[in-house]
Amino acid sequence: MSDQPLLSVRHLSTTFATPAGPLRAVDDVSFDLDAHETLGIVGESGSGKTVLARTLMGLQPRLNVEVTGSVQLAGHEVVGASTARLRELWSSEVAMVFQDPMTSLNPVMRVGRQIDEVLRVRHGMDRAAARARAIELLDLVGIPSAAQRYRAYPFELSGGMRQRVVIAIALAGQPRLLIADEPTTGLDVTIQAQILDLLDTLRAQLGMSVVMITHDLGVVATRTSRLLVMYAGRVAETGPTGDVFRHHRMPYTRALLESSPKLSNAPHTRLAAIPGQPPNLARVGPGCHFAPRCDLASDRCREVAPALEPTERPDHLFACWHPLRTPSETPGASS
Amino acid sequence: MARYVARRLATLVGIVFVISVGSFYLIHLLPGDPATVILGTGASPAARAALYRQLGLNRPLVAQYLVWIGHVLHGNLGVSFISQTPVLTTIRAAIPIDFELILISQVIAFAGAVPLAMRAARRPNGILDRILSAGSFTLLSIPPFIIIVLLVLLVSIKWGLANTGPSSYVSLGSDWIVNLESLALPSITLAVGSFVLYFRVLRADLITTLQEEFITMARSKGLRQRRIMWRHAFRPSSVALLGTAGVNIGGLLAGGFVVEYLLSIPGLGYTLIAAINSSDYLLVQGIVLVVSVGVVLINFLFDFLTSIVDPRISRE
Repeated sequence: MSDQPLLSVRHLSTTFATPAGPLRAVDDVSFDLDAHETLGIVGESGSGKTVLARTLMGLQPRLNVEVTGSVQLAGHEVVGASTARLRELWSSEVAMVFQDPMTSLNPVMRVGRQIDEVLRVRHGMDRAAARARAIELLDLVGIPSAAQRYRAYPFELSGGMRQRVVIAIALAGQPRLLIADEPTTGLDVTIQAQILDLLDTLRAQLGMSVVMITHDLGVVATRTSRLLVMYAGRVAETGPTGDVFRHHRMPYTRALLESSPKLSNAPHTRLAAIPGQPPNLARVGPGCHFAPRCDLASDRCREVAPALEPTERPDHLFACWHPLRTPSETPGASS
Repeated sequence: MARYVARRLATLVGIVFVISVGSFYLIHLLPGDPATVILGTGASPAARAALYRQLGLNRPLVAQYLVWIGHVLHGNLGVSFISQTPVLTTIRAAIPIDFELILISQVIAFAGAVPLAMRAARRPNGILDRILSAGSFTLLSIPPFIIIVLLVLLVSIKWGLANTGPSSYVSLGSDWIVNLESLALPSITLAVGSFVLYFRVLRADLITTLQEEFITMARSKGLRQRRIMWRHAFRPSSVALLGTAGVNIGGLLAGGFVVEYLLSIPGLGYTLIAAINSSDYLLVQGIVLVVSVGVVLINFLFDFLTSIVDPRISRE
């Protein structure tokens, strides 16, 4: 690990001006990510993961959006940077793998040209060199007969192949940080594992850092070193992946874990769904956002939002007034 | 792609067949004996007999059609009894004028509509978008015969620019500068309607396209806005534009007669009106046939362009 983290996020908030009032989709998020590290960001749909991902890159639209706090990416401040400045960072420092490969590729442009474009426009390669490199990249992401696929249109490729193309485009600028926003949501299960393994291999091979955003704890369990559990725009719990899985303190983390299917479950085990819905962020109270759905919630939870507190381990933090285990208890009983 | 084109061509042949039957039957729809319709009431018995022989008018309708279509396919649309010139010769003289008029008007319309739609779509409901949308709507509500009259009043009469008023048409071959001057006002008039149409269609599609994920993806590559607009947003947004242009240009071929008539430009529309006024039915028949086939061919061409712009269309 180097002295300075590759990505350093401090008190980051993203607020949308909506007709119903300000909507804080990302609320006071802080974390660090070191070089070569993989961070998993987990949470339900609507927990602010995708907005966080786009804010980290400075990719969110600017109209009616307010971003406060700081994102230091390889020594560059992202928050408040001009588009021209951000364009310099995009692709060469940070790139994104989008959620749905059915919509994230230009439908009327050959996939090869979508890779070429980055190399030619951003990295000054000539046509022939860019083409050769694009075919190399297609090969790298495991697309068979890459030279022929170079001329394919996205609709001629399967979902898994398209997502590999999206990854190839992201890798074209040799970024130091790859943000993967639910990279496997649109794919079927066997392809999901292939894509996740590919991302992991590439991370190790190319020495990248990865931010892996997902609602699926199975995805992050073995492939991340640290986890950030988000709920309604806030960090509910964060720490080394193993600690969060085994010694989680926040009831939301437990609920999330219990709602994931596990191979160790007996057949016909009923999955514990989390009751209720994530809150409407334009109309939330002052307290803990999870309080309305939490069986441990007290009046205090509804009135005052808990701050992130360290557990016995300084890099494992949680935000809860009624943590699941006190340090004296034996951890690991409930999951 | 080849299969798609073959299939479209087969449809095309079918449509042209139906059009030819319609044009053929036009003469028989008119009251009275076809020979009277074609030759007029004052024709000599010898001329009538000659026409009967030429068209086989005493044979069954199907046989008559086959004789007629045989002539048409050999480029023989008959000889006008009124002007004593072959119908094809008259039509051949008129077509280049319409071609030129439509070409100039479409260049103006696209050159205006595409860049302005690109600007307007970048900020929907922004100041520029509102001005352009309101302005284009105003233009849309003024009919072409008002626009051409206003233009003539302003340009030819008030400003006194030569060669722009009625009856100033000079053919391209004799003096191309005067020719362009004489076609300037009608071209602009035809361009107005096309411009408004293209601007509105493209703007709407661009706004939808710009919200697509692949545009965000293109931004995340670090591409400039200009490149994103032209390379990523324009092409997928132009499918409806091309379809609209095909229908619109077909309409101009048939419907440009208002400006041609008002300014006495001897294009197809002007010739058609003159033919109707002089009861020159063979010429009417010939123009109807040529214009209908032209409209079908233009739409075929634009369908083909659409399938090039969006390769998904031809592989379904």
